[in-house]
Amino acid sequence: MNIIVYLIPVALGLGLLGLGAFLWSVNTDQYDDLDGAAHRILNDDDKPL
Amino acid sequence: MTEAVLLPGDGCPSGLEPPATSLAGDLSAFVRKKGGLNTLTLSVRGAKCGGCISKIESAVMAYSGVEQARMNLSNGKLAVAWKGEGGANQIAERVANLGYGVSAFSEDASAKSAKSEERALLLSMGVAAFALANIMLLSVSVWGGHGEMGAQTRTALHAISGLIALPVLLFSGRHFFRSAFAVLRHGQANMDVPISLALTLAFGVSVWETATGGDHAYFDASVMLLFFLLIGRFLDARLRRQAHAAAHDLAALQNRSVNRVTSHGQVETVRADQVRQGDAILVAAGERAAIDMKLFDGASGVDESLVTGESLPRAVQLGETIYAGTLNLDHPIQGRALGEASDSLLADIARMLEAGEQKRARYRQIADKAVALYVPFVHTTAALALIAWLLIGASVHQAILVAVATLIITCPCALALAAPVAQVVASGRLFKRGVFLRSGDALERFAEIDHVVLDKTGTLTLGTPKLASVHGDDLALAAELARASRHPLSRAIVAAAGPGPLAAQVEETPGLGIEGWIDGQRYRLGSAVWVGLETPPESSGPSLWFASDEGAPIQFRFEDQLQSDARETLSALRQRGLSIEILSGDTEQAVKATAEDLEITEWRARVSPGGKAERLKTLAAAGKKVLMVGDGLNDAGALAIAHASMAPGGAMDVSQSASDAVYSGGLAAIKSVLNNSQRTRWVMLQNFGLAAAYNCIAVPIAVTGNVTPLIAAIAMSASSLIVTLNALRLKGGAE
Repeated sequence: MNIIVYLIPVALGLGLLGLGAFLWSVNTDQYDDLDGAAHRILNDDDKPL
Repeated sequence: MTEAVLLPGDGCPSGLEPPATSLAGDLSAFVRKKGGLNTLTLSVRGAKCGGCISKIESAVMAYSGVEQARMNLSNGKLAVAWKGEGGANQIAERVANLGYGVSAFSEDASAKSAKSEERALLLSMGVAAFALANIMLLSVSVWGGHGEMGAQTRTALHAISGLIALPVLLFSGRHFFRSAFAVLRHGQANMDVPISLALTLAFGVSVWETATGGDHAYFDASVMLLFFLLIGRFLDARLRRQAHAAAHDLAALQNRSVNRVTSHGQVETVRADQVRQGDAILVAAGERAAIDMKLFDGASGVDESLVTGESLPRAVQLGETIYAGTLNLDHPIQGRALGEASDSLLADIARMLEAGEQKRARYRQIADKAVALYVPFVHTTAALALIAWLLIGASVHQAILVAVATLIITCPCALALAAPVAQVVASGRLFKRGVFLRSGDALERFAEIDHVVLDKTGTLTLGTPKLASVHGDDLALAAELARASRHPLSRAIVAAAGPGPLAAQVEETPGLGIEGWIDGQRYRLGSAVWVGLETPPESSGPSLWFASDEGAPIQFRFEDQLQSDARETLSALRQRGLSIEILSGDTEQAVKATAEDLEITEWRARVSPGGKAERLKTLAAAGKKVLMVGDGLNDAGALAIAHASMAPGGAMDVSQSASDAVYSGGLAAIKSVLNNSQRTRWVMLQNFGLAAAYNCIAVPIAVTGNVTPLIAAIAMSASSLIVTLNALRLKGGAE
């Protein structure tokens, strides 16, 4: 059972990593324009020749 | 990038939104300097699809000096940053020329605080989700190892859970604790009191259990509770902020700039809120007055349809007063400001709106009623369970455990999600149909409507006159004069005649008509008096006279056109058993004609804005639940007082902020709103029913002492899921 001494901190660390990513995304306005992002990916930057 | 990307002004390429080219005044007053760059945020109306993004951004980027242009499709804001002096108006004009409505946007303090509240809730939710996932990981091992796991390992896992839960409860739970504390200090209670109590007790009991090496710790249950409650709270805050942002957006359209004439005769552009009483204001032809003023120079025809509902222009001259919202048609006029922007008629109406909103705040939503029943029920049950267990000889420890388990399992997760989820789904559905809801609880009020009051001009009718009688050659000649005028009747003639030449030396006399030369002959177009008729024949609507120096005058008749779907919508409303009434500020003749056309027996004409509000009060006093639909400034008071209200997208800004919903694309939206609101209310009632049914099952299990943390976790998540899934049903289905 000694393995949980390592596994629990590892699990917590992974969770914290996810939480950190979430905090980053909220703080950098990633959720500000949910509709626009869906359309933007379809926009071609290349202009026809 | 070249000029070739500039398509003609046809607006949104998807056709979801009709093109608009309104550009609100001079925008240079709204530019901010940031790190050597000028920044400006514009509200763009009508951008609905991906094509709009590239169309708008590339057009703005093509302007020299622009470093950054980013269009946010969700909230319709375009952020532009550029180098060099000036340019604000040119940039805005580029967007306007593409066929979008443009106005300056500046965020106010309340919008900022609403945004930070929403963000705080989102962060709390994320933190709670993290904690929930990790505690569940540990709890599942405890449940799975039941009977096999050693007491020490179990206690260690409980302790780690507790260590994760404590900071999370303090951080994510602060929204509930703070609010509960605030109301308790005033000797009242709200939903947050039982929530805080359940959270605290669940945590406290779990700490006790862990310390004494007990079997059951409820750390997972308390964090799960928090997570579900925060979802409901977040959805609610988001809906409210979106509604607020919409209202603010409308107000931003009133962030109009004003041409102020200084004492040295210089004209300067200032924001409307910078104007002081007595300032000289210049209103150019085609400009809308932003402030009430008394004229001291110039005479012109003005369109007051947004202020009074009168569909035809009025001539104004020296000494007369015009109100904010009035559109100046032909000649520049100057006036003295009668007050500051906050004292203007607009502001009066805004105050009326506030009164209306306070009235609405007193409206008791279904959720409020449910909570009022729920709180005493749950607390009494928990207390009774405690006493009963003590009476039958259980230990204090055991009795407290049962009582706390009852509080946890009956905690209002499902109740907290029942209304917000349904409202979010329904408003999203309505948004796709061109209706923008300004508040979530409006849906409940829409569902109760039994009487509909409609404004005429601009609501039932298009608000723009159309030529009724057409004379081929005369029309072509008259149009040559009419092309020089902005008068609505002239516009109607031009619309009927199409493109063509312009007469020479055209001059317009406000309130009378136009004069000009065609092929060496003088022609006049205007009122009967203007063409020399002393006693004009009776006419059943607006008309214009056209005459040359020699020939007899010819009459052009006009009619206000009905909205294309007016008849259909009204008959659908009648089928629902709703009574219909017209309340208009227009002339008796005009209103009567429309009413007869639409077979509406109840109509009132020449009603003042105050009169409209009075009528609404009378109806409310008679117990009617009235839906008011109107677009004018004169409707704003009535819109605010009505049980529920709607305004078309082209309506005056104040009227839109006074309404519960803003619609585009015709009157059929009324039907759509009423249908959806009734479905939503039905689903919300179902949800509360489900939550009640859940408690009927959960409470007996809890008071008999059979709730383990595993059962609590399953029951709580299942009930929340069921209400959410039930609400999602609103997404599909026919109209």
